[in-house]
Amino acid sequence: MDGLIKEKLFGRTPEEVAEICRSLEMPKYAAGQIVDWLYKKNILSIDGMTNLAGKYREALKENYEIGLYPPSKVEESVDGTKKYLYQSGIKKFVEAAYIPDGERATLCVSSQVGCKMGCLFCMTGKQGFQGNLTAGEILNQIHSLPEREKLTSVVYMGMGEPFDNLENVLRSIEILTAEWGYGWSPRRITVSTIGIIPAMQAFLERSEANLAVSLHSPFEEERRMLMPVEQVYPLPEVLKTIRTWDFGRQRRISFEYILFKNLNDTPRHVKELARLLNGLRCRINLIRFHPIPDTPLEGSDDQAVQAFKDALNKKDILTTVRASRGEDIWAACGLLSTKEMTKK
Amino acid sequence: MQNKLPGDLKRVRVESVREIAENAYVLEYKRFFEFEAGQIISISLSAEEPPRMYSIASGEKDENIQVLFNVVSEGKLTPALSGLKKGDFIWTSPGFGKFTGTSGKACWIAQGTGIAPFASMFRSGQRVGKTLIHGGRYPDSFYYADEFELVLKENYIRCCSREIVPGTFHGRVTDYLNSLDSLSADSLYYLCGSSEMVVETRDLLIKKGVSFTRIVGEIYF
Repeated sequence: MDGLIKEKLFGRTPEEVAEICRSLEMPKYAAGQIVDWLYKKNILSIDGMTNLAGKYREALKENYEIGLYPPSKVEESVDGTKKYLYQSGIKKFVEAAYIPDGERATLCVSSQVGCKMGCLFCMTGKQGFQGNLTAGEILNQIHSLPEREKLTSVVYMGMGEPFDNLENVLRSIEILTAEWGYGWSPRRITVSTIGIIPAMQAFLERSEANLAVSLHSPFEEERRMLMPVEQVYPLPEVLKTIRTWDFGRQRRISFEYILFKNLNDTPRHVKELARLLNGLRCRINLIRFHPIPDTPLEGSDDQAVQAFKDALNKKDILTTVRASRGEDIWAACGLLSTKEMTKK
Repeated sequence: MQNKLPGDLKRVRVESVREIAENAYVLEYKRFFEFEAGQIISISLSAEEPPRMYSIASGEKDENIQVLFNVVSEGKLTPALSGLKKGDFIWTSPGFGKFTGTSGKACWIAQGTGIAPFASMFRSGQRVGKTLIHGGRYPDSFYYADEFELVLKENYIRCCSREIVPGTFHGRVTDYLNSLDSLSADSLYYLCGSSEMVVETRDLLIKKGVSFTRIVGEIYF
């Protein structure tokens, strides 16, 4: 059977593994054993499933493999941030950024190869859309991370729009949070979207993870220049949907806001943001712009960022500035993978 | 990308489905709502199936809604849509979205079936000060060419990438734009097509001196 492309076990739910076991005439309990090996233990091959009878391991190996693979490249910043590159097909790469911060460590994972949303400030969009990652490929960025045991949170803010790959994203969250999976609290997970409303509704209904929305301008005309999705899912509709949802005391809603010089960093923007978000228990994360090649946009300077933050806090909107990390290692999402993809 | 908004979808009877070029179809049904040229609708084959979004290609006052689509062979919806007959039913939404036109000067740049919103604007009377640049692979990719040619004349530019055809520019729309010495600075630029086309064309326009504030893109999600 050499040369046969085998199906991957990693990323499957217990029900799916049970179905495979049934088809291979394996005993029912084998499914639980396999799931345990996949998500609770560190094995790289089916041979490692040592509590499974040899004949069943052989039967599995005929058509399946684990499906875990290590990063193909890593770049490390002077500040400790590491950007890992995972290969997902021929000349297709995704990035995962490991960001240690004192006692905490966050991993920013990708959900798609490339992206089709076409945001003006985004490098990943310039690659075009090359495909969705499977749940296994999303989880592999976490499972195969050398620093996995140190992780305190995962954010879906890497390459791609998570809600354009909703089912695989939800499945990866299910595996991350299930008792039979990694057993993480959903509060350690945040998914970031540009605001695809139907998928956002489904996410809110079907998961307990935190939600982050890329906002970037409170004004429709301005936002649609930055983000074409505004034409289809306007911000007021996104906010209306969010307002209908009871986030409870633990689940967080936050808004991402990249500050662009003389574009979206004025008192007028503060005022409109305060009006739009009035009464919503949320946080705004201000982000410094990491310049990308040929961009017409320029990031606001530190003084403007601080002033914007203070002005929003004065309006009683909890606002923080995200620390810029890994600027010496192609920090803007999509830069490293584009560099690798275009290598001769 | 799935879309279930706005509101519930309505069941409507198909008037016709015509193949107008290789792999390109026009579906029509009676208009039951007011809309603004450039808007999109959601279509599904049943109330349970997640709908997909398409631009309206007909004019605001036309009796029928027209939807232009290519069949995506591995797709779930378009192969089925292409096989519908008069009297069959689909589920559809009223028009929505903000990719609407202007009465002022504008350059419409489309790829393939991305021509649909511009056809709607054109058919709704937005004709003065308009330039249309349409990219297609083959000569039959220039849907509605007769209508545009008659009115827009030299402001209707076809860019054919796979064949050399008299009266058309040989190459992609970006090749055509690149061949121009300068671009109008006071025009609005509307782009509609795949994300790759929109991003590449937007980057090129910016490189050639157009302010990003004058560029509006609609992407086939």
